[in-house]
Amino acid sequence: MMFKKLALSATVAASVLTAGFAAQAQDAINFVHNTYRTGAFSGSGIPVGDGTRDYFTMLNNRDGGIGGVKINFEECETAYDTRRSVECYEQGKAKGTVLYVPWSTGATLAAIPRAHIDKIPIFSMGYGLSASAVGDVFPWVFNMPITYWDGANAFIQHVAQQEGGFDKLKGKTIGLLHLDAPFGKEPIPILEALAKQHGFNLKLYPVAPAEMQNQSSVWLTIRRDRTDWVYNQGWGAMNPTAVREAARGGFPVNRLVGVWWAGGDDDARPAGDAGKGYRALNWHQTGASFPVIQDIIKHVVDKGQSLAPKDKVGENLYNRGVYQAILIAEAIKNAQAITGKKVINGEDMRRGLEALNMTEAKWAAAGAPNFASPVRVTCSDHNSQSAVYVMEWDGKAWKRLSADIQPQKDQVRPLLEEAAKAFATSNAGWPTRTEACQNNS
Amino acid sequence: MFYRETGQFKTNYADDMAIFPIRQDRIGIAIIIAIALILPFMVSDFVLKTILLPFLALSVAVIGLNILTGYTGLISLGSAGFMGVGAYACYKLTTLFPEVNIIIWIFASGFFAAAVGVFFGLPSLRIKGLYLAVATLAAQFFLQWAFVRIPWLFNYNPSGAIEVPLRTLFGMPITGPTAELEVKYLICLGFVIGMTWLASNLVHGRIGRSWMAVRDMDIAAELMGIKLLNAKLMAFAVSSFFCGVSGALFVFLYLGGAEAGTEFAIRLSFLILFAVIIGGTGSMIGSFFGTAFIVALPTILKFGAPAIGIAITGATAEKIVLMIIGALTIYLLIVEPHGLARLWQIMKQKLRVWPFPY
Repeated sequence: MMFKKLALSATVAASVLTAGFAAQAQDAINFVHNTYRTGAFSGSGIPVGDGTRDYFTMLNNRDGGIGGVKINFEECETAYDTRRSVECYEQGKAKGTVLYVPWSTGATLAAIPRAHIDKIPIFSMGYGLSASAVGDVFPWVFNMPITYWDGANAFIQHVAQQEGGFDKLKGKTIGLLHLDAPFGKEPIPILEALAKQHGFNLKLYPVAPAEMQNQSSVWLTIRRDRTDWVYNQGWGAMNPTAVREAARGGFPVNRLVGVWWAGGDDDARPAGDAGKGYRALNWHQTGASFPVIQDIIKHVVDKGQSLAPKDKVGENLYNRGVYQAILIAEAIKNAQAITGKKVINGEDMRRGLEALNMTEAKWAAAGAPNFASPVRVTCSDHNSQSAVYVMEWDGKAWKRLSADIQPQKDQVRPLLEEAAKAFATSNAGWPTRTEACQNNS
Repeated sequence: MFYRETGQFKTNYADDMAIFPIRQDRIGIAIIIAIALILPFMVSDFVLKTILLPFLALSVAVIGLNILTGYTGLISLGSAGFMGVGAYACYKLTTLFPEVNIIIWIFASGFFAAAVGVFFGLPSLRIKGLYLAVATLAAQFFLQWAFVRIPWLFNYNPSGAIEVPLRTLFGMPITGPTAELEVKYLICLGFVIGMTWLASNLVHGRIGRSWMAVRDMDIAAELMGIKLLNAKLMAFAVSSFFCGVSGALFVFLYLGGAEAGTEFAIRLSFLILFAVIIGGTGSMIGSFFGTAFIVALPTILKFGAPAIGIAITGATAEKIVLMIIGALTIYLLIVEPHGLARLWQIMKQKLRVWPFPY
C-alpha cells in the first residue's frame, strides 16, 4: 500500500495548500468554471470555455472586476467525464465558488441533489435537466434561456412558416436525427405531441455514440422515407458528419435544422460548399461586431491573454461563452445590489440569479445591443423560455434567417411541471422550497 | 531482518493454507485496515470524495477483472457494462422494494451482473485471446445500448438518469445527498474488505487453482479433470459479480446520481483493464496498486502540481495522464508483466535478506 499512502500524503499536502490559497483571496469573488479542452467533445468545449474566460478577464482588465471586486476566475478541466466533473465540483466547493457551471448533462445530474446542501447554485445553460426550469422544485438550479422541448417546438414553428402555415404540415414527414443518449432523445415526447396535433409523420433516426462519424445508413433511410425536414439533436463529431452526409445523399441541407448545440462554425464548415444552407437554432447573434466583443479583443486578445486565436473570436460557440458570462456577471451585479455586499457567496448568487432580468436595455448596457433576446427569471420560472431564431450557414459564416420565434410556453410549461413533480416524488425526501422569493424588480 | 519468517512454524494444514501465513503480513494488514478506518476523519472532504471513494468503488471491479484476466487468463473488455448492470439492478431493486436495506441490494445486484456475465461468457468456451476480447466488446456495446434504450431500467425518467434515493441504515442516511462522506466511505470500505476476503479465499482454494490451471494451459487442465465449461463460466460469474457490486457502489455511494449510459462506457472498461495490467495480473494487492494509480494520478497531477508551484493547466494534466498511463502500460507489458505487484514482491524479498539484499 506504499503507493497509495504516498499518493495520499501528496494530495493531503496539496489540499492544505489550496485551502491556503482560497483563504488569501478574500477580496475577490471566486468562480470555478468547468471546461473541456481535451476529449471527444473538446471541439465544442474549447470555444465556449474561451468565450467565458475572455469575458471575465476583460471585466477584470477594463473595470477591475464587478462592483469594484475582482473576479477570481478559474477553469477546471473535465474532459467531458463525470468523474472529473465531480472532482471539479469538489474543487469549486473547496475554493468557495459562487456558482457551479457543469457543462455536461451527466455532471449536472450528479450535482443537482447537492446544490441546496452545499449552497452552490447550478447554472446549466440550455442543457441538463429540463425539469429544473421549475424553480419551485429546484430553487438552486437554473437553465436559462430555453429547454430542448422549446427548441423542438420552435423547429416545428419554423417548418410551418416555411411551408406556409400549420395546416400545410399535414401528411409531411419530419425526422428527428438524434444522438442515441438521453440528451438526444429529450425532444421526442414534444415532437410526438405536435405530430398528433398537426398531423405530420414523425420518424426517428437514432445515431449511436459509437456511430457518430458513420451515418451513411441513416441518411439512406432518410432518403428512402422521403423525409421532408430533419431536426438534428446532435453534439460533437455527430454534427459535421450529419451535414456532410446530408449533402452527399442529396438531401437539401436547408431542410436540415440543428438544435443550438449543432450550430458551431466547425459543424458546418467541413462540408465545404455543400454545407451552404445548413440551418440551426440559436438564441444569440454571431460575429465580432458587438462592442463587448471589440472590448474583449482590445483588452484581452490583443494583449495576448486569450487562449483563442483572433479569427475564432466572434464565432458562434465563442459568443455563446460570452453570452453565458454576461448573464453570470449580471447575476453577480444583482446579488451585490440585493445584499449590499461586495464579495458575495453562493447563497447571494442564487438570489442574484433569481432576480435576473436581462431586458434589451441591459443587453445594450453590457455592450451587446440586440445580441440576444430578453431573459427574465422568476422564482418559479428558472428558464425564461426565451425566443430563438433560425440562422443559415452561407459557406463562411452564420447569417440570421428568421425573425424571433417565441416558444409556446403554455404547451411546454405543464410538461416541465409534471417532470419536476415526478422528480420530487421519485426522490423521497426532496425538500420543499424554503428559500425566500426575491422580488423581481 | 524486518521481514523474516524464521521461527514461525506451521504445525497443521490450516496454518499452512492461511491467506497470510507470515506473522509480519498479519500485523501489516491489521495496520493497513486500522489506518483505512481512521483515514476519513483525517483527510479533507476533497480527498475523500475525489480519491478515496472512487478508489474503493473501482478497486472491487479491478479485483473482478483480475480474477478473469489475471487468474483465468480470459481477457474481457466488458467490465464497465457489467458494472452498469449492477448499478441498474440496484436502482431497480431499491425503487421496487424500498423497505429492504440498500446494503443488501448492493450485494444482491452482483448476482444480476453475474447472470449477464455468464451469458456473455459462453463464447469463451470456443474462442480465446483477441477473439474473446471482441466478443466481450460486443457485451459492452450491447449493454450500453440497453441502458439507453430500455426505459424500464431507469423508471421512465425523461432525463434517462439514475437518481439515487435517500436510504438509511439504523436511521443514518447512507445514500442520497444528505449522507455524510465518512459514512459512505466506511460502507464502501466494508464492501472492499469483505469482497477482497472472498476473492482471496476463492483464488487460494480449489476453484482458484482450477482457474490458474486453465490460464496456464487449458488442454492440460482438461486432461487433469478440470471441466473447462464450469471453470470458465465460474470465472465469468465471479468476475461479473464483483463488477456488479462495484457498479452499484460507484453510482450509489460515490457519484450519487448519474447518466449511467455514458458513465459505464468503453472508456471505463479500458481503464479497469489498464489498472489490472499496471497493478499486476494475478495479484490481489496489485489490483489495489493499479486502482490507486489510475484513480489518484490524474487528480494529483491536476490539483497537486499547481498547488506546489508547478504551473500546469488542467488540460495539459489530462494529456500528461493519458501519456503516462499509455506509456506505463506498454512498458509494463514488455518489461514487467506482473506489474507494480512484482515490484512490491521484490521489495519484500529484499527486506527478507536485509541487511544484505541482492
